[in-house]
Amino acid sequence: MDYTEKVLEYFRNPKNMGRIENPDGVGKVGNPICGDVMWIYIKVGKNENGEDIIEDIKFETFGCAAAIATSSVVTELAKGKTLKEAEKISNKDVVEFLGGLPPIKKHCSLLAEEGLQSAINDYRSKKNERNR
Amino acid sequence: MIYMDYNATTPTDPRVLEVMSKYFYEKFGNPSSIYEIARENRKEIERAREKVAELIEADSDEIFFTSGGTESDNWAIIGTSFALKNKGNHIITSQIEHHAVLNTCKFLSKLGFEITYVPVDKYGIVDIDFIKKAIKRETILITIMHANNEIGTIEPIEEISKIAKENNILFHTDCVQTVGKIPISVKKLGVDMLSLSGHKFYGPKGIGALYLKKGVKIETLIHGGEQERGRRGGTYNVPGIVGLGKAAEIAKQEMFEEEKNIRYLRDKLEKGIVEKIPEIMINGHPENRLYNTLNLCVKYVEGESILLHLDFEKIYASSGSACTSGSLEPSHVLLACGIPHEIAHGSLRFSLGKYNKEEDVDKVLEILPKIVEKLRKISPFWREKK
Ligand code: FES
Repeated sequence: MDYTEKVLEYFRNPKNMGRIENPDGVGKVGNPICGDVMWIYIKVGKNENGEDIIEDIKFETFGCAAAIATSSVVTELAKGKTLKEAEKISNKDVVEFLGGLPPIKKHCSLLAEEGLQSAINDYRSKKNERNR
Repeated sequence: MIYMDYNATTPTDPRVLEVMSKYFYEKFGNPSSIYEIARENRKEIERAREKVAELIEADSDEIFFTSGGTESDNWAIIGTSFALKNKGNHIITSQIEHHAVLNTCKFLSKLGFEITYVPVDKYGIVDIDFIKKAIKRETILITIMHANNEIGTIEPIEEISKIAKENNILFHTDCVQTVGKIPISVKKLGVDMLSLSGHKFYGPKGIGALYLKKGVKIETLIHGGEQERGRRGGTYNVPGIVGLGKAAEIAKQEMFEEEKNIRYLRDKLEKGIVEKIPEIMINGHPENRLYNTLNLCVKYVEGESILLHLDFEKIYASSGSACTSGSLEPSHVLLACGIPHEIAHGSLRFSLGKYNKEEDVDKVLEILPKIVEKLRKISPFWREKK
């Protein structure tokens, strides 16, 4: 099994690593198959049209090279997007962006999709609570 | 490049390569033929057989050449099972064997054989009492490795072979990691069968041997011509056999010198890593361990990630962990030692050899802490822990 050049590049120099202090949403997801873990933090702002957008996004990951590379990619894909757009980012998009993953590593990219979703969900449920 | 994966394979010693090279073009004859260039090769094969025998203090007619450690293991285990299937169907092995043994046993269990997997303690030493209790009338074979490839722990083979003998059970040991590294005497070990592999001690790949004690009858696995006294068919791999003989000769002469140097480097590496990186766990037995092997767990990060970063720096090591082996489970050896899943994921193995230099160790000690720090920085577990 071999990683593509792109996976190795993103693994070697991941973007958006670390955490955000006082984030608007946090997604903490784990992979039941291998036990790896990914946390995604988001800061939400507004664009000119008054829509919610992902202003800042960061990750922390305990996992294999594929997990780290997909973490980086999903944060880059989501940054600046509206929540509605970001929600649509799937693990397929991430894998495609990386030029593929070895078959046994496909599940790693699920973490990225789920991490982002759950950060957005977390933001929404917090907001709902505030509005109640 | 810094190569520290000698338990996986070793470079072929140039002196071995030199003696081998003649047997590809000049002396290519098939030893089974009648003419002169064949006869000569026959002699060379027997000379190599003697050298291999000397290395493990066996008689040369107890040595049978095979394609390597895996075939030797398969032959010993399947050959015994088939030969003794009327006597019984029970085999005892350990939980930490190499896959050449484990998967062979798995295959036999599909054919109706019953396998007992003996557990190990936290250092990887097999539970002798468990073996004693597991023995029953149907037990026909015990197979336990001499030293474990991942953690280097050396098993009490002499003790186990005594138990086997008392109970009239054949005993096989996989010595792929020990032959050529430490002195071995089949008489002292008291085993009936022993597997060895050329490329683990500076010989070529694709050649190994099975020691079969005189009088031990097992079924043939590779059927074919009359080679190896009719017990293992297939055209003689002359260059491989000659190379294995040369590697055995060199090992016998130089083993002790090598050990001194390699042990020094391994100990320096181990000490340095423990001093420079917090939260390291050393695996395997503190004393009864191969002098070249260092297996450790770096907590809160994944082994594969560390390995790849080492790879970027042209440092080659290995990990028993999930991702590199193509399975997602961490090493079966570390799990058998009772190491929790998430820690076993961070396992790393450095196995040193005779071409390593002190600068290599210094370089690893300079680079590894930086890699671990970088990975820990993005690990949620590491931050939570702090
Ligand atoms: S193997 Fe666990 S995330 Fe890749």
